[in-house]
Amino acid sequence: MDFYLTALLQGLCFSGVALGIYISMKIFNIPDITTDGSYTLGAVVTAIFLTHHQPIYFTLPAVAIAGATAGALTGLIHTKLKINALLAGILVMTALYSVYLALMGRSNLPLINVSTLFNIINISPDPNNNTFWILLIFISVITIIIGYLLKTDFGLAMRATGNSETMIRALGVNTDRMKITGLAIANALTAISGYLISQQQGYTDISMGIGVVIIGLGSVIIAETFINWLRLTSVWLSLLLVLGGAIIFQFVLAVTLDIGVNPIYLKAVTAVFVLLIVSLPRISFRTAK
Amino acid sequence: MIQIDHVYKIFNAGKPNQVNAVNGIDLHIKTAEFLVIVGSNGSGKTTLLDMIAGSVFPGTGSIKIDGQNVTKLPDYKRSQWIARVFQNPMSGTASELSILDNFRLAAIRTKPKGLTIGINDTFKNQVKEKISTLGMGLENKIEQQMGTLSGGQRQALTLLMSVMGSCKVLLLDEPTAALDPRSAEIVMRTAEELIKDYRLTSILITHNLKDAFNYGNRIMLMGEGLVKKDLDAGKKAALKQNDLFEWFG
Repeated sequence: MDFYLTALLQGLCFSGVALGIYISMKIFNIPDITTDGSYTLGAVVTAIFLTHHQPIYFTLPAVAIAGATAGALTGLIHTKLKINALLAGILVMTALYSVYLALMGRSNLPLINVSTLFNIINISPDPNNNTFWILLIFISVITIIIGYLLKTDFGLAMRATGNSETMIRALGVNTDRMKITGLAIANALTAISGYLISQQQGYTDISMGIGVVIIGLGSVIIAETFINWLRLTSVWLSLLLVLGGAIIFQFVLAVTLDIGVNPIYLKAVTAVFVLLIVSLPRISFRTAK
Repeated sequence: MIQIDHVYKIFNAGKPNQVNAVNGIDLHIKTAEFLVIVGSNGSGKTTLLDMIAGSVFPGTGSIKIDGQNVTKLPDYKRSQWIARVFQNPMSGTASELSILDNFRLAAIRTKPKGLTIGINDTFKNQVKEKISTLGMGLENKIEQQMGTLSGGQRQALTLLMSVMGSCKVLLLDEPTAALDPRSAEIVMRTAEELIKDYRLTSILITHNLKDAFNYGNRIMLMGEGLVKKDLDAGKKAALKQNDLFEWFG
């Protein structure tokens, strides 16, 4: 049972990554690998601020700005230097490793005896319950902000940028600036996931971001499968499904561990699972035709 | 309204695949003039239109719109005057957004896209009213995604979208090339009505000589990046359809 509770909490923590990938991949149609880097960057900034006894409400904007800067950098390289988005993301992600080491001075920083989001707010006496409620409220607020943003005129212009660039330029939108802003928002969300995870697990490690992009992709693809099945067009339902996707993804990993699969195969299971969700709809469509 | 002086455009200059797309064009288009441009493929029509829209910059020469020099102004800044209908129906609308969302973006073409929700009931009714003038029955489907509509419906809506915000210049780049004859006729008739009602300065590029004959009050033949023939309203009225065919003979 413990596996599943942890999975739920982790799923909520990874919602930021899922929302970030939803924005970069689904809305802007840009495969953004900066994710792995901005996630760890968020955790690194959190660790440094908290170990220097900065308050969490001050840490959060710093984390968001750090993530947004990483995303904007990828956006700048991609749009202004006309470099393939994948490569731009890889470059930023690689350079960030040196940034973590320079900032932390070492590869691992524990968060013991510091005030974190989960021990200064007390909603429930049970620590797991407490963490759950804090995460639920935190993620709800973020989802509402993103949902509102996507409904505004600015959000419509964002969505049109990834959909029909010729059209939205003719309608007076600087698409380069829009993409840079979009990647900044996406990576700020991803960094916020790093902020949550590092506090939840109690440490920051420079290698914690390896493969995080696949978690985001998996979550979005799970959501997309449902969106296509149910022919949804609502922004709110899509965002909820993306959150659901992040949680389902962690549950699948929990089931894998629960049935006794050796944890060394976890990354392989992750890859196979994402492959399955991507390919299953196509296989079934093929037989139907 | 549009003043083009000594404009040249060479692609891949100095390379074996050099293309002299536009070879020195001087063109003045008056307000509310409806210019039709014909010419064979590679005659420089589309490059000329792209330079007016701002998606291609001229090598030399200057372009003025409404008295303002826009030669180096990018396309998204020229949208304050210019609305555009593309040859590909997919290019003029965002397929994953609803009809309503597309119209909202068109309505704020000349304005900043801010952090407020602009779609309300007043706006919805305004869009419905506009769309009902097409007589396609689309006014009850405004929440539907643009991608579910046919090419003809999308082109007709793109035209309507151009007059949602203030618009002075309408550029039509073979808007009916991808459409069946019936849809093509609806789109062309809608275009003509809007151009008249809103006194739009318009440029139509077409390969359809019947359209070139029927629409517009000035006609131009382009070839090798130059203006070969240029007939004003009086001469165009005196033109016979057969004369047009002979231009290409």
